[in-house]
Amino acid sequence: MTDTTPSTSGRAETRTSKSGLQFLKGHLREYGILIALVVIMAFFQVATGGILLKPVNLTNLILQNSYIVIMAVGMLLVIVCGHIDLSVGSVLGFIGALAAVMIVQWGLPWPLAAVICLAFGAIIGMAQGFWVAYFQIPSFIVTLAGMLVFKGLTLWLLAGQSVGPFPPDFRLISSGFVPDVFGGENLNLLTLYTGIAVAALLLWLSIRARQRQLGTGADVEPFAFFAGRSALIFGALVYMSWLMADFRGLPNVFVVMALLIAVYSFLTSRTTFGRRIYAIGGNEKAASLSGINSKRLTFLTFANMGMLAALAGLVFAARLNTATPKAGVAFELDVIAAVFIGGASMSGGVGTVVGAVVGAFIMGVMNNGMSILGIGIDWQQVIKGLVLLAAVIFDVMNKKKG
Amino acid sequence: MPPILEMRGITKEFPGVKALDDVTLSVAEGEIHALVGENGAGKSTLMKVLSGVYPHGSYDGEIFFDGAPRAFRSIRDSEDLGVIIIHQELALIPLLSVAENIFLGNERATNGIIDWKETHNRAAELLARVGLEENAETIVDDLGLGKQQLVEIAKALSKNVRLLILDEPTSSLNENDSAKLLDLLMDFREKGITSILISHKLNEVSKVADTITVLRDGSAVARMDCADGVDEDDIVRNMVGRNLEDRYPPRGTHAPGEVAMAVKNWTVHHPLHPERKVVNNVSFSVRKGEVLGIAGLMGAGRTELAMSLFGRSYGRDISGEVEINGTPVDLSTVRKAIDAGLAYATEDRKTYGLVLDDTIRRNVPLANLPEIAKNWVVDHGREAEVATRYRNRLAIKSSSIEQVTVNLSGGNQQKVVLSKWLFADPDILILDEPTRGIDVGAKFEIYTVIRDLAAQGKAIIVISSELPELLGVTDRLYVMNEGQFVGEMPTIEASQEKIMSRIVKSGEDA
Ligand SMILES: Nc1ncnc2c1ncn2[C@@H]1O[C@H](COP(=O)(O)OP(=O)(O)OP(=O)(O)O)[C@@H](O)[C@H]1O
Ligand SMILES: [Mg+2]
Repeated sequence: MTDTTPSTSGRAETRTSKSGLQFLKGHLREYGILIALVVIMAFFQVATGGILLKPVNLTNLILQNSYIVIMAVGMLLVIVCGHIDLSVGSVLGFIGALAAVMIVQWGLPWPLAAVICLAFGAIIGMAQGFWVAYFQIPSFIVTLAGMLVFKGLTLWLLAGQSVGPFPPDFRLISSGFVPDVFGGENLNLLTLYTGIAVAALLLWLSIRARQRQLGTGADVEPFAFFAGRSALIFGALVYMSWLMADFRGLPNVFVVMALLIAVYSFLTSRTTFGRRIYAIGGNEKAASLSGINSKRLTFLTFANMGMLAALAGLVFAARLNTATPKAGVAFELDVIAAVFIGGASMSGGVGTVVGAVVGAFIMGVMNNGMSILGIGIDWQQVIKGLVLLAAVIFDVMNKKKG
Repeated sequence: MPPILEMRGITKEFPGVKALDDVTLSVAEGEIHALVGENGAGKSTLMKVLSGVYPHGSYDGEIFFDGAPRAFRSIRDSEDLGVIIIHQELALIPLLSVAENIFLGNERATNGIIDWKETHNRAAELLARVGLEENAETIVDDLGLGKQQLVEIAKALSKNVRLLILDEPTSSLNENDSAKLLDLLMDFREKGITSILISHKLNEVSKVADTITVLRDGSAVARMDCADGVDEDDIVRNMVGRNLEDRYPPRGTHAPGEVAMAVKNWTVHHPLHPERKVVNNVSFSVRKGEVLGIAGLMGAGRTELAMSLFGRSYGRDISGEVEINGTPVDLSTVRKAIDAGLAYATEDRKTYGLVLDDTIRRNVPLANLPEIAKNWVVDHGREAEVATRYRNRLAIKSSSIEQVTVNLSGGNQQKVVLSKWLFADPDILILDEPTRGIDVGAKFEIYTVIRDLAAQGKAIIVISSELPELLGVTDRLYVMNEGQFVGEMPTIEASQEKIMSRIVKSGEDA
């Protein structure tokens, strides 16, 4: 400002220098979710007498949750955009059935069938997104209808029967492992090296980002926190890859999942596309008046969700090795819960891909841990429900204080 | 008179900002007490402390009301004693009726069953008291802002108000409605109701206030007694800490260039009532380097004209042609309009201007994201640089560019909206009430920005309900009334009387 109002910039600049505690207060949410995952894992690791982090179990845990994670990534976008998609469970089941019919009954080669399935998923997403985006029909209703429609179509397609088994090649999507090019003996070296490389890459990226932030004087994390968090993530990744290396190495799905997480994280946090989605969710009118084509982006978000639900459908079908009319029932609830546990806001505009993935793993670890402990499905549901509620209450309280 | 209210040593901190620093405020019973200060000085915050929006314990200091210390833990607590606040942003439920809004949370009911007859009768009484000639069953959404403001006041009266707090009640009213509202306040004073009035319109303040407290940077820097008149310049000096020579920057000497945009026979119909023409066969043009004003009363159709031009963001069955630099252009979407060099900075910052939960950093580049991105990848460093530049240029008072815009003071939110459109670098910039809720000092800054842009050869269209502002900053004026342009004049030949007479005359002709 020039000389007209010399007083305006004065006081605002004198920021109380941020102590670690203050920073933590401001960013409780981001740490909270990570800490929650660590605490829950530690708890079950002890409670199950070390079974949770056994190589076999860890690999299993990842496989069991892969389709939830895949859909959570898409759902995050939908929710950030200010909508919801209740149909994903049914779409997953429907696509699994479609794949089974094409591959098992018609004998189509599976790669072709897979491509058709993904395209079909995208079309389903578009069909729903069309009404939401261009006719302003509430997504809750459109996708509730979709949920019923595709549940019904699954039954019809399978004529109420299970269809299977799939050819072995197809099953590799879910049960295969990336071959160890380094030919390790007892340890899958590829896995270990990849793990270390990825951990190092992430470390390098975050150091670079921090240096940039320091340059611009933005709200920078105190060094101790940065170091602690980086060390935790680095350590966890290396440890996990070592555990997986000790079993059969990198599951194929895991690679798919990791790629999706990386791509969508980048998309949401770094690209203009991501920026626009958040703006639409935050204030659709303001976004539209800023020249953002909110209709088209909303439409694309749903198309993307449909495609990811289809991908999850293939993964799930390959994992079960049959398509059943029951596949996907109530999955949408787990997916939506994961996204909200991960810090997304019901009203849109807020949430991160990594948060949603961590949220999915919190649910996954609890499922897995409680099953090992022999807790019945009844109490599992109760506990999961309470955790979801607690996470969101924590969110809201945290926001109010600020 | 003993003070009805005393606030002593009030200090309120937000993370990173001390919004109030040891503020003392004393209000005598039955007076109109004005609270003035620059944007972000802490006026709204002080009133939120008083009314319990920020509960006891979240601030330091003491509040005495009616001689006794008070610890309000919620708005309810303060309302029970007759302290009623009407916030800067109106808080009516748009789709409920006037009567329902007036008694919201305070329903006329026995055993939980609403007595509609009583509700409507009482509402009608209250409407009469505030001089609003509307049916109590009218839906609030169908009323203009001025009338909505009166409904808010009727709502306050329904609660046995003793101290009425009005936070910038006239910022979105035209002169007529403002005058009515001020008369009402003076009327209340006769009846012994005390009011606190926050306003950036110093002429109004000097007209009605008995006492003025000036806040600057979170401290009360002056208390002015208006018994024997008060000088606006004195108020300004206390507000900004020095003399303010001029209210408007000089016009500069450059002559306007070629026609930048020409609109021909523009007609827009109401989105819900297609038979109604909100903009009726309007033609006008604006030149490069020219600041064009559009004067008119609230509801004349100015915002609707601007928004319909800007990507058909308002209305239906739009007809007419637009030429930019002599060639016809298609402005059918906001994107196309922006690409054609047009920008529209809204008057309604909360609904149409800001992504409130996002930071200043993320709001400023929103209309021009490609500029801070390479191949769709946002360059965060560049983004921060841009946001910082505008934060400094418009003196957006904030803890940092990372401050969430919902926490900014009203005037500073307005500056963020302006920043967004300045960064979009348009050739033709439509500013709708650009200084609504902005303090005198910052107004001057915004006028300077407008003149600078004009000097660079941009065409600027200013829509404003403040005639002095239009007279001070524009080169040429159109007068709009009931959807039509009813007059055009160079600003040097214009005066408030001339403009008003055009409006009145067009009303009679119709
Ligand atoms: N919830 C909040 N969190 C953080 N800072 C806040 C919050 N509310 C207000 N502030 C800051 O406190 C200061 C005072 O704000 P306030 O709204 O009281 O100003 P004001 O005098 O009413 O200004 P205006 O005339 O623009 O309405 C501003 O710097 C603002 O950014
Ligand atoms: Mg204010």
